Amino acid sequence: MPQVFPRAMNILSRASLFGSLLVAALVLWICLVYTRSPYGTAAGVMRVQQVPFSHQHHVGVLGIDCRYCHTTVEHSSFAGIPPTKTCMNCHSQIWVGSEMLEPVRASYQSQKPLQWDRVNNLPGFVYFDHSIHVNKGIGCASCHGRIDEMPFTYQAKSLLMEWCLDCHRHPEREIRPRAEVFNMKYQQPANQLELGRQLMDEYHIANETTLTSCSVCHR
Amino acid sequence: MSRKDLATDLAELEQALQGTSGRQYWRSLDELAGTAAFQKLMRREFPQQADVWPDSLSRRHFLTLMGASLALAGLSGCSVKPAPMGKIVPYVQPPREIVAGEPLFFATAQPLPGGAVGLLVESHMGRPTKIEGNPDHPASGGATSIYHQASILTLYDPDRSQTVTYQGRTRAWTEALATLRTGLEKERDNGGAAVRILSEPILSPSLARQRERLLKSLPKAKWHVYEPLLQDARLEAMRLAFGQNLDCHYAFNKADVVLSLDADFLGSEPGNLRWIADFMSRRRIRTPASDSTQASMNRLYCIETEVTCTGAKADHRLAVRVQDIEGLARAIASKLGVSTAGSSGSAGPHEKWVAAVAKDLEAHRGRVLVLAGNRQPVAVHLLAHAINQHLGNVGQTVFYSRPVTEGPSPRIESLRELADDMRQDRVRLLIVLDANPVYSAPADIKFMDALERVPLRVHLGLYQDETARRCHWHLNEAHFLETWGDARAFDGTATLMQPLIEPLYRGRSAIELVAFLATLQETPGEELVRSRWRDHWNQQTRGPKTDDAFDAFWKTSLHDGVVAGTGFPIRNVALENDWQRHLEPQASASGASSRPGDESFELAFAPDPTVFDGSFANNGWLQECPKPSTTLTWDNAALMSPDTARQLGVELGEYAHGGEHGGFKMPVVELKVEDRSVLAPAWIVPGHADHSITVHFGYGRESAGRVGGQRDQKVGFNAYAMRTSSQPWFVPNVRVTKTDRTHLLACTQQHNLMENRDLVRSASLEKFRQKPDFASEPEKQKEIDETRRAPAPLEFYPPLEPPASTPKWGMVIDLTTCVGCKACVVACQAENNIPVVGKQQVAAGREMHWIRVDRYVGGTAEAPAEFHFQPVPCMHCERAPCEYVCPVEATVHSAEGLNDMVYNRCVGTRFCSNNCSYKVRRFNFFHYADFETGSLRLQYNPDVTVRSRGVMEKCSYCVQRIRHAQIDADREERPIADGEVVTACQAACPAGAIAFGDLSNSASEAAKWRSSPLNYALLEELGTRPRTTYLAAVRNPNPELEGG
Amino acid sequence: MSPAASIKTAEVRQSETSGELRYVPVGHTFASVTEKIAELVLGRATRQAWFVVLAAGTVLLLMFSAVIVYLLAKGTGIWGINVPVGWCFAITSFVWWIGIGHAGTLISAILVLLHQKWRTSINRIAEAMTIFAVMCAGTFPLLHLGRPWFFFWLLPYPNTMKLWPQFRSALVWDVFAVSTYFSVSLMFWYMGMIPDFATLRDRAVQRRWQVVYGMLAMGWRNSARHWHRYQMAYLLLAGLATPLVISVHSVVSSDFAISLEPGWHETVFPPYFVAGALLSGFAMVIALAIPMRHYYGIEDFISVSHLEVMAKILLATSFFTSYGYFSEQFITWISGETYDKYVYLNILIGFRQYAAVTWITLCCVFIAPQLLWIKRFRRNEKVLFVVSVLVLAGMWMERYLLITTSLSRDFLPSSWGIFQPTVWDILTYVGSLGLFIVTFLLFCRFLPMISMCEMRGLLPGARGHEEGR
Repeated sequence: MPQVFPRAMNILSRASLFGSLLVAALVLWICLVYTRSPYGTAAGVMRVQQVPFSHQHHVGVLGIDCRYCHTTVEHSSFAGIPPTKTCMNCHSQIWVGSEMLEPVRASYQSQKPLQWDRVNNLPGFVYFDHSIHVNKGIGCASCHGRIDEMPFTYQAKSLLMEWCLDCHRHPEREIRPRAEVFNMKYQQPANQLELGRQLMDEYHIANETTLTSCSVCHR
Repeated sequence: MSRKDLATDLAELEQALQGTSGRQYWRSLDELAGTAAFQKLMRREFPQQADVWPDSLSRRHFLTLMGASLALAGLSGCSVKPAPMGKIVPYVQPPREIVAGEPLFFATAQPLPGGAVGLLVESHMGRPTKIEGNPDHPASGGATSIYHQASILTLYDPDRSQTVTYQGRTRAWTEALATLRTGLEKERDNGGAAVRILSEPILSPSLARQRERLLKSLPKAKWHVYEPLLQDARLEAMRLAFGQNLDCHYAFNKADVVLSLDADFLGSEPGNLRWIADFMSRRRIRTPASDSTQASMNRLYCIETEVTCTGAKADHRLAVRVQDIEGLARAIASKLGVSTAGSSGSAGPHEKWVAAVAKDLEAHRGRVLVLAGNRQPVAVHLLAHAINQHLGNVGQTVFYSRPVTEGPSPRIESLRELADDMRQDRVRLLIVLDANPVYSAPADIKFMDALERVPLRVHLGLYQDETARRCHWHLNEAHFLETWGDARAFDGTATLMQPLIEPLYRGRSAIELVAFLATLQETPGEELVRSRWRDHWNQQTRGPKTDDAFDAFWKTSLHDGVVAGTGFPIRNVALENDWQRHLEPQASASGASSRPGDESFELAFAPDPTVFDGSFANNGWLQECPKPSTTLTWDNAALMSPDTARQLGVELGEYAHGGEHGGFKMPVVELKVEDRSVLAPAWIVPGHADHSITVHFGYGRESAGRVGGQRDQKVGFNAYAMRTSSQPWFVPNVRVTKTDRTHLLACTQQHNLMENRDLVRSASLEKFRQKPDFASEPEKQKEIDETRRAPAPLEFYPPLEPPASTPKWGMVIDLTTCVGCKACVVACQAENNIPVVGKQQVAAGREMHWIRVDRYVGGTAEAPAEFHFQPVPCMHCERAPCEYVCPVEATVHSAEGLNDMVYNRCVGTRFCSNNCSYKVRRFNFFHYADFETGSLRLQYNPDVTVRSRGVMEKCSYCVQRIRHAQIDADREERPIADGEVVTACQAACPAGAIAFGDLSNSASEAAKWRSSPLNYALLEELGTRPRTTYLAAVRNPNPELEGG
Repeated sequence: MSPAASIKTAEVRQSETSGELRYVPVGHTFASVTEKIAELVLGRATRQAWFVVLAAGTVLLLMFSAVIVYLLAKGTGIWGINVPVGWCFAITSFVWWIGIGHAGTLISAILVLLHQKWRTSINRIAEAMTIFAVMCAGTFPLLHLGRPWFFFWLLPYPNTMKLWPQFRSALVWDVFAVSTYFSVSLMFWYMGMIPDFATLRDRAVQRRWQVVYGMLAMGWRNSARHWHRYQMAYLLLAGLATPLVISVHSVVSSDFAISLEPGWHETVFPPYFVAGALLSGFAMVIALAIPMRHYYGIEDFISVSHLEVMAKILLATSFFTSYGYFSEQFITWISGETYDKYVYLNILIGFRQYAAVTWITLCCVFIAPQLLWIKRFRRNEKVLFVVSVLVLAGMWMERYLLITTSLSRDFLPSSWGIFQPTVWDILTYVGSLGLFIVTFLLFCRFLPMISMCEMRGLLPGARGHEEGR
């Protein structure tokens, strides 16, 4: 009776034993990598807005304070997007004729709001509060990155839950003196951990158990 | 506009907002408002103000649009989709006072029978979302009833009438007003002799003022007043007793002994929040174990027919037929030496009871209170007045003042007169203001037929109700949260009502309409109210009458929610000498001595405990709120005692899906009086008086809406159909026959008995004095502690090590003061976006209320000794059975000891619910949350996730409020003050029966309560260590009647 | 029809009647055994009955999928579950199927270690049944989730939420227990079939079958080395599988035992569940074997003596189970624990629907098997069949009671309620039977339903083999 299979099949069949396992592992690995990649998180994706507003220019070069536009950041959960009025405070004097600013003037005249593409966004069941973070010494840059170096604004961090937890489990790694919160150029000192712990006491920042209670963010 | 276009626009918008969900969705409100589609839609939906959009975004206009925009947006509850990148749209001009993300509170009032109640309305980005009581308001004192809580839902009710209609076809306000103008001009010359206006009792000074103006311009026109809950007996008694119309005020906080003759003053009627508070202020036991002997309480005797909250809390309750109460009243009166000319009544079998009560009343002269219920005949009211005067209570616990309502007093004659006039074609123009007589008028008046004869009929109301459908014109009224207005509380204190949101459907208020009728030109409501109060102020103020000064007064009044010094002065009145004379006629009616024959049954009427007189019928929260003594939902029924049921051959039918926690298919009985009859499902109520059958008004609506019932699908049966103006409250003899039909009744708790489990622990005041810690059972406690102290047992629970500063949240519920009014249930529903699931789901045992009020009957179902209410929210056990069984850690302990429920992590195994010893967890078996009905979404509380299908949920101790307070405190680097966090149930509770706070702070109210000797934990033997505990119920029975 | 198939000597009949235990296929030779069994797969044209049953099964299976689609569309609300009764048919069926899945491993693993010869003719069937039963069981925990699409949150993997499943929850233990049990049983089953696949490969005429079985045989060449390794592995697996028989159902039982509910919170549960599992497992084997041996004319391999042994085991396990049942009641009674007592009174003299079910259950699980004391009945197929079907039904009802009654009347009378099945509950359960039937029929048709090599091993001439064991 002739053999059904060539000899090579033996190796193949043995290989398949482990091969199947390998493939499974590979698939899992790809999934995990994908969800953390910009494809999954949209981190680092530049957005072209209808008005090419440059934080780099306004913050980095002109040195306008964050709070000038994001007025409610210190006392509300919501940092606040500046109304057209705020733009016009300056731009009724300077760059009056500029092409780029046409939509702004249009909006101001027609009272139709400007529309920006949302850059940083969280799911509906996450209750993030700007004010408390800002007041407890978390710098804007810690989450939003070096805004002052962004000609076009993009989401700097993954905003994944693991990313939130990293900080909620070890606040000392990120906390800075309140004075420095809105300072984009702030560099962490060498003794950050030590400073962090000291500031935690100073600002009465709760410990990990409290900060990682689910209802702190999910309600 | 064609539905189709709308559909496409909606589609566009939905797309614009696709996936935006929950909180982040609220941020993207105005994103939407920008889109072209939205604008297009605005123009169509709200033509009137589409134009205001391009120009200035004045706050309230902005809000309307905001509202509309919200109505079209999408919430996807707890989706785990990566948050989408929607548009973000800032204001052009920032509106004053709005800080995005921070709620605002505005004071207003809700006018309801019994007087207005002052409210504080929480508003998120311009959407009123939640109602709280106004602590500065005499009628509220910070509390609210189910009606106030639920009114926010009415505001957004999609079934509200949204346009003016002429014979069912949509018209514009201008057309309607034009018709009225011509109509009135015709009537002018003959002084409006053929003009009639029908309204509910007038609580609003401004409306009263407009009424005067109208009657000035049309001197011959007649203004009729009608309210379904007839008070003729009360009013008549006032006239006979004092020769004038008065309102009676009670100082329960001063009364040691209270005798209620069929008066449900603790019940869920809108007006009585203050009464509950005052009454309970005398029942709270806060004395430490050491001087328990000092503990004191008031005592309540109650004679009633069905089991009401009042009866349930009474120290001694007598259940007799409504018609027998007069006899008992007379008996008591004569025992007290109050002449009861004619029949002195006889107590029949209750001789001992009556004697003891009389003795007790006598013993507490001047510190006694006797009330007669609305449905009692004149004689009983007279006797109540007489006893009060005889015992010298007047001026101590009882006060009289001019009536709160202005204009004609609401007597049934008023309505009959109108009906007759209409029948004799003396009426050419009838204007109905917010009343619904077609539905609720007594049968003998035949109001509907009469109505048909009026050539021009105009109706102003929130709904296209029965009356609206039989009027030519229907004008859509503005909700009280949408308009300017004012209203008086029971004691006369006036409140200015300010609009929280631009009328969603361009409705107008009654004030505005009447003003138009009077002047034939439109005046904005604000002006009308302002001018009314300007005059008031001009009279009051001594100082310079400058506009600024008035503005200051106006602003403070608005802000405080009360107009200072508008309360009515007390009137010193005395009984007319010949008051007894009026007792005679009724003497014959007394039937206490006549033992009811076995075949004779009395039919008693009562307003429904949840939908009241029917005006709330289309409110899902109220329909689904279990009625205090029956826990029925979505239906009214023929309530009867077990004995009566046996006589009629009525017994519990076959189970509905959820069994005892779901309902039964109950036999339907036919109730027949003369030629009138209704079919009513029977329901057996332990403690109901024998030979009497109680039916509730408010059901069987023919055009209430999708919730409250329509012609083709009615909800319940209409009890008004059985009622005549001669026998408005009870029919002594009704023929009852059991049919072979059955009807599904959905109830949330049919099992009344505690099965000898010490769930509700209670004792008499005497016992408490001797053994203050009767509830906590020290020996048992010791045992439990020992087992805990035993060499650390292997535990499923990892230790939490929160920093010392962390608060330890806990709740204590006082069973002595809880009256079971269910305000907490509805308040919780409003605060936490709890869905309405509908009758079928309730019957399947799936209602979603986070806090429920358990009801137990002491003794046997046949002869109940006492009734208990026990509110049960999540216990937030320190050793929570639900936590260790969840495979994905969707329910875990927070550092402050909250038992967190993480919706977005939940996969829905339901293991937690199975393992919850208190069964307080609720599961979304279907997609209950309503994401489709636009306007309803406006009501959602943006701080609470809207749960989607397949997710478990439960009481969170209002964690969103905790976090808000915590963040505020943290920002200011201070600990959270006691009383800074108030849960929704606690805030609503009129009895102050709930304390919530930080247990680690011994000064906090909650900690104090918890240290009371009465404190005990439900099922503590299970070792779950609940954070929610109870104060055992203490009653103050009369020793003479004990064991009798 | 091959001559081998027709071998059924007078000896056989004689042995049937005399009832002496003879597990060795009478009058068979190496060749005939092999040929007869192989014939069932390769030669023997499928008969109509097979198609009829398959069709029936397929209908059920389709219905099952339809129900699942509807379930996913609407939510678990289509079932009768509510608060307080949050689990019912789904979990009942899960436990029941898992239970049935026990006989397989028991027979193949434990009996191997005990050198029980009689197992050889039924172990393949039992193992197959196990695999399919566990498959059916597996679907239910998934379906009963409120949000099944997140089932993977029960698995530990490094996710972006930095969260792990909660290892204190018995439901997570289930995931591991059941999946382990399934994979081990699968390997066991497959391992055992390799030599037979080789046989089939070599006997197959059509090329496609040669290829198919060839692949499955993974190059088995009957070399002494192969046999040596094979038997080592087989023994190892048997050793590995044995604890599983005990563990799986113990873990499943802890779904209830770790809870606080009266009537669930019981230490007796693990052994009691295992006993119940074996009971239902054997019942299923018998219920399957009896029709099969006639349909496939293999009375000589699965002799009445085989049935008798299983009947004995049935009787024994029925006693274990009932013991658990009664001890539970007894402990409750003696402890006098309020809530427990109430639940059990409720079950026994209880309350509308439940009491009736209890007594039926007792009859099925305890009374019925008592017949098997009598040898005549043990060797009477009809009686055996009926009894085992009754037992299967009884075990299902027993789980149903266990789950429902506790939940429906636990601590607070205020929240007492009951469960009433909807049509969807029933369809879901019946549908799962379809899955089982179809898979099992396919097995009978395309795989060797009796282990040829091991049968050969029993033949007198195979002593050499024996020593090898």
